Amino acid sequence: MSWLTKLLPPKIKRAEGARKTIPEGLWTKCESCDAVLYSTDLEKNASVCPKCGHHARVSARARLDLFLDPEGRFEIGAEVVPVDTLKFRDSKRYPDRLEEAEKATGETDALVVMLGAVKTIPLVAAAFEFDFMGGSMGSVVGERFVRGVRACLEQNLPFVVFSATGGARMQEGLLSLMQMAKTTAALTQLAARRLPFISVLTDPTMGGVSASFAMIGDVVIAEPRALVGFAGPRVIEQTVREKLPEGFQRAEFLLEKGAIDMIVDRRQMRDQIAGLLALLMRVPAAPSA
Amino acid sequence: MSAPGKATFLDFEQPIAELEAKIDELRYVQDDSAVDISQEIAQLQKKGQALTKEIYAKLTPWQIAQVARHPQRPYTLDYVRLLFTDFQELHGDRAFADDPSIVGGLARFGGQPVVVIGHQKGRDTKEKIYRNFGMPRPEGYRKALRLMRLAEKFGIPVLTFVDTPGAYPGIGAEERGQSEAIGRNLYAMAELKVPVVVTVIGEGGSGGALAIAVGDVVMMLQYATYSVISPEGCASILWRSADKAPDAAEALGITATRLKTLGLVDRIVTEPPGGAHRDHAAAAHNLKKALQDALRQVSGMGIAELVAARFERLMGYGKFKEEPVE
Repeated sequence: MSWLTKLLPPKIKRAEGARKTIPEGLWTKCESCDAVLYSTDLEKNASVCPKCGHHARVSARARLDLFLDPEGRFEIGAEVVPVDTLKFRDSKRYPDRLEEAEKATGETDALVVMLGAVKTIPLVAAAFEFDFMGGSMGSVVGERFVRGVRACLEQNLPFVVFSATGGARMQEGLLSLMQMAKTTAALTQLAARRLPFISVLTDPTMGGVSASFAMIGDVVIAEPRALVGFAGPRVIEQTVREKLPEGFQRAEFLLEKGAIDMIVDRRQMRDQIAGLLALLMRVPAAPSA
Repeated sequence: MSAPGKATFLDFEQPIAELEAKIDELRYVQDDSAVDISQEIAQLQKKGQALTKEIYAKLTPWQIAQVARHPQRPYTLDYVRLLFTDFQELHGDRAFADDPSIVGGLARFGGQPVVVIGHQKGRDTKEKIYRNFGMPRPEGYRKALRLMRLAEKFGIPVLTFVDTPGAYPGIGAEERGQSEAIGRNLYAMAELKVPVVVTVIGEGGSGGALAIAVGDVVMMLQYATYSVISPEGCASILWRSADKAPDAAEALGITATRLKTLGLVDRIVTEPPGGAHRDHAAAAHNLKKALQDALRQVSGMGIAELVAARFERLMGYGKFKEEPVE
């Protein structure tokens, strides 16, 4: 006990202890505008800051929960789980990293795929779990992606993917790089059957994922301010040795450069994608009221 | 034919370098000496060959990465000169520019028309800069795509040669859609209706390599490397120190033998003793045979069958297990 604690009147001490009993996570500070928000309010608002519109990162399951109709969901590919083929070890063993990631996220790998519907349009949707090893794409992500595509082919469904990833997973070496070829190749089958693939780029979508299926959707959507690019900003800065332009690699920058079709607020994502799919799938227009 | 200019030796080749210096010295002495020392020279040469073989028999993955990047290693245009006739280089992406870090064109291989596409590094400083150290920008990948579509239109097989540190991480490259250009190529190569034979001749650097490396047959030169990230890049992220690159090279499994075991590479093309840089002609000779075999293998198949087989191969990439979901 320090001399200061000893000097403090008992009341103040209590107050200090009481602060610790406030349930964790009741309040959240917006990363962008520093506004202090009720966590439940933020959650109700699709994790978009009601003050400044900042789109906070959401988990894969929360994402799909926001996006899909509540009824008729069915997970695809959960049976596919990672193995340590290379016996990869840096400062930690790959299996240990996997275990940590699983503990932190409750997921067995970085992609969750679900059969479901959006405003009654049936589809398959997939979302990256960024907190699982930076949403990195290894063999399991690739295989789950392909199983999602296969479900689309079997049932004539469109495919929607929400990316949030640093790129390929180094711990699986070249096997990870090949997932770029695998996932992208699978899209050729969707195209052959005229089934739409909509790619949604969320913060961040980088490296091996952006340089494979993510940028070649029939429609490419980004969330506001999402960082999207091939190389990370730091790598580019070190290579070209100049300061990067303001807003470089952000969704707004990509829209201006012609790289994406549109920026959509998360709170309008369901409506927007349902509308696009209805058009692409040539669903007859709803009779006007 | 040996590599142009004076031989450059890597750190681990120092014993070979010393021996060769000795041989050169003796040769010089012999020129103006009455005593015949040719026998001694021959003996030393034999010893040099044995030493080279010995050193190269137990290269570490990091040492192999050094050989793959050797400044005198044959590049795409060296193989074009040694393996093809009637080469007509075709330029530009028709949208923005011509990217000299990817070269391509029409040529004949054993008389048969082919489309050749490859990364191109520079030999001297000026050319290195001109070729952007073999790091393509989007227009390079779009030129490659244009040439692949040309090949498809006229039913000509595509031969690609992979040798790049990676796609260029620059401001303009990002602005013009580096990611999209690479992704688009992966898509197109998966369904391209002509045979595609890929050879990694030097550095297979990540997505920038893969963008011209999806094919029916994937071959690697013996001392080429192919990796999801450079050993230095991996080391600085996972080990937080680029000095750990040798460890990263080991862990990433970047060598031809390792990748063949993993089923990601079909064939390893043997290099002359001491590496392709020691004898370009011999390296080209071995590559020629491998390319002939590969083309024979794919030309026997119908196009639909070929594309279906390529697709199945792509779908087979990856190692995972299946467990009942709780």
